[in-house]
Amino acid sequence: MFWFAFLRLLGLTITLLAASLVIFLVLEVIPGDPAEVMLGLSAQADTLAALRTELGLNAPATERYVTWVLGMFQGNFGISYTYSVPVAELISERIQVSLPLAIGALTLSTILAIPIGVYSARHHGKSVDTGIMSIAQIGIAIPNFWFAILLVYVFAIVLRILPSGGFPGWGESVTGSLQALILPVVALALPQASILARVMRSALLDVLHEDFIRTARAKGLSNSATLWRHGVRNALIPVLTILGLQFSFLIAGTVIIENVFYLPGLGRLIFQGITQRDLIVVKSSVMLLVALTIFVTFLVDIAYAAIDPRLRQSR
Amino acid sequence: MHAKSLGRRLLCLAGGAALTLAALIGAHGSVYAKSSLSLGMALEPPHLDATAGAAAAIDEVVYQNVFQGLTRIGPDGRVLPSLASSWETSADGMTYRFHLQKDVVFHDGTAFSADDVKFSLDRARADSSVNAQKQLFAKIAEVVVVDPATVDIKLSSPSGNLAYNLGWGDAVIVSPRTAKTNKTQPVGTGPFKFERWIKGQEIRLSRFEGYWGEQPKLEQASFRFMSDPNAAFAAMISGDLDAFPNFHAPETIVQFEADPRFEVVIGTTEGETILAMNNARGPLKNKLVRQAISHAVDKQAVIDGAMFGHGTPIGTHFAPHHPAYKDLTGQYAYDPAKAKELLAKAGYPDGFSATLKLPPPTYSRRGGELIASDLKKVGIDLKIVPVEWAQWLSEVFKETNYDFTIVSHVEPMDIGIYARDTYYFNYESDALKALINELNVTIDEEKRYELLKQAQQMIADDAVNVYLFQLAKSGVWNANVKGLWHNTPTPSNDLSQVYWEGN
Repeated sequence: MFWFAFLRLLGLTITLLAASLVIFLVLEVIPGDPAEVMLGLSAQADTLAALRTELGLNAPATERYVTWVLGMFQGNFGISYTYSVPVAELISERIQVSLPLAIGALTLSTILAIPIGVYSARHHGKSVDTGIMSIAQIGIAIPNFWFAILLVYVFAIVLRILPSGGFPGWGESVTGSLQALILPVVALALPQASILARVMRSALLDVLHEDFIRTARAKGLSNSATLWRHGVRNALIPVLTILGLQFSFLIAGTVIIENVFYLPGLGRLIFQGITQRDLIVVKSSVMLLVALTIFVTFLVDIAYAAIDPRLRQSR
Repeated sequence: MHAKSLGRRLLCLAGGAALTLAALIGAHGSVYAKSSLSLGMALEPPHLDATAGAAAAIDEVVYQNVFQGLTRIGPDGRVLPSLASSWETSADGMTYRFHLQKDVVFHDGTAFSADDVKFSLDRARADSSVNAQKQLFAKIAEVVVVDPATVDIKLSSPSGNLAYNLGWGDAVIVSPRTAKTNKTQPVGTGPFKFERWIKGQEIRLSRFEGYWGEQPKLEQASFRFMSDPNAAFAAMISGDLDAFPNFHAPETIVQFEADPRFEVVIGTTEGETILAMNNARGPLKNKLVRQAISHAVDKQAVIDGAMFGHGTPIGTHFAPHHPAYKDLTGQYAYDPAKAKELLAKAGYPDGFSATLKLPPPTYSRRGGELIASDLKKVGIDLKIVPVEWAQWLSEVFKETNYDFTIVSHVEPMDIGIYARDTYYFNYESDALKALINELNVTIDEEKRYELLKQAQQMIADDAVNVYLFQLAKSGVWNANVKGLWHNTPTPSNDLSQVYWEGN
């Protein structure tokens, strides 16, 4: 188990370094100069030069790359060009919105999907199963931003029981902040839950046709005990894989959802950073997301091993 | 047993979540105090120092609310006294004397004096200045403190624009003690002081009790940022926002107009929206070709199709609401036959192909499609290339690597850009340069208007660009909110006169 984790971690570090290089190069290549964006149409050449010097944009690329990576190792993410505050401060403010959002959506989709998937598999072939799976199919087909607009229309405009967007902040009002996250979480979770429910159902159906299920029934276990102890547990591996993949989808999905609900999250920070060419913010936030995704993949790998003892022994 | 409880636990969790949700939903209600205003904006300002950035969003939050200049530009575009209560010009036009308001304090409690004026103007003119409108101060030779309440501004040559220029958001007076931190903690002399900025979400201002002028009626104001038009629409309709002075989804305006809870005001802006042409490139070098294109574009169709009818046709680079405006909309009436004729005369009977680079705003992306189809009818094949702002600034504006683009020039009174040595549409005219130079040293108003009219005619005759329309300002607010500006003579959401009716 220790070696397994260690080798994984080493792999992660190399992946992160490679990712940092790719991110840096891509942002070097895209057209657009932060100083031009900030000073606009009437800016004079000497003003632009003065601002570039102020922002430290005149150093050669290799030097800027090394400074950036070394800085990140020390927890220094640089100063935002536009906001003039440390990037770390911006990110930590934003993550207070994005992380609860992603985790909330992941939790909600899991809570919904697993019972539904199991229920559906249990009633395989019956009209309930067909009904549930058609609803899930619709859930997958609906784009989450459109669903979000629909939710706003129903709950904020017609019923007026929830805010149409915005985020008061945890320090200001916990209830208000939770309220603000309800619609975004639902909008993000439902399409994910649909996918997950389908995966759960088909994985469980596969498992239920295995010989050991018949053996379990034959040795006298009840139907539901067989289902939960032998069926669901074995079906969890593909579900876990999808969950891990979904986490990165959720993070990406927040970029759109945060715009629809004007939430001050990480997704919007990156979006604004790109349009204003606040490259230092973009670089560091994207890097953080890469790290997060890699970390979650790592956790999923570890969880495989925890669920399935065979995976532990094979390494 | 264990197996069964997993299923139960999941059920309990789901039930618990549903209950929490129900409890939270019940607690929501939108009650607003009538002394506060929440106002929506499409873009968040990058920072709050009006003297160090071109983004209009900065001025839309702080100009005339937090920061004030010596003069100010009023809702109708006229120059009014602000921190300077009055001013006079010396006989030779080389010196302006400004008399300052008394008992003015900055929000940090320190007193305002002539030294702050000298500091602010010198800072904006300095070599290390990062002022986005440095040209406003180009004529200033020296700023002299006469006494704490009087400042002389000495010019290098007479300027008819000085009082106007000093009314821009970029020319506001800052304190030397706080100039460095104004980006995140703006400290000015205005009726509202900065309270808090929740980045990505909102900026809050509150009434400054020590304000030297008349106290505003609002106690609190929050500016909230939503770039998504659907989000903005939902926030207005649901009452989460009280006002959206620059509403960016023209297609939804009709719905607000039909709803008595809202007031919709279509006002003017300083944004001349043009189909800019690279006058130094290929067929566009030829004046006949540019004239042909001016005839080939159906401007009213662009206003109707892209802006849902909001916008005033213009025939030149000048705001129609300005007294010096000359109506030249008839000069290039929509006439594809004439366009074809001119193209043939110029040697392009079969037209040509070119690129049209479109920045993100609605007027550009939607207008571009319509214009491309208009030009296709006369044989000009346009390849549409969507670009983002940063790319537009580099490729189109700086490197002039483009044939056509659509953009709105939102700076007020900016016909002078046609006289610049290098500007992105690459227009070269010694006659116009001479004219603008004369204008810059002319102080007599009537004479200035005459010169401005000549300049308008000159660029229209040369068909430098296709002049599409003056951008409209579509404001939507709660019908009880009064005192917001109807027009945009300069970017600002001046809240000093705003109040709730029936309060």
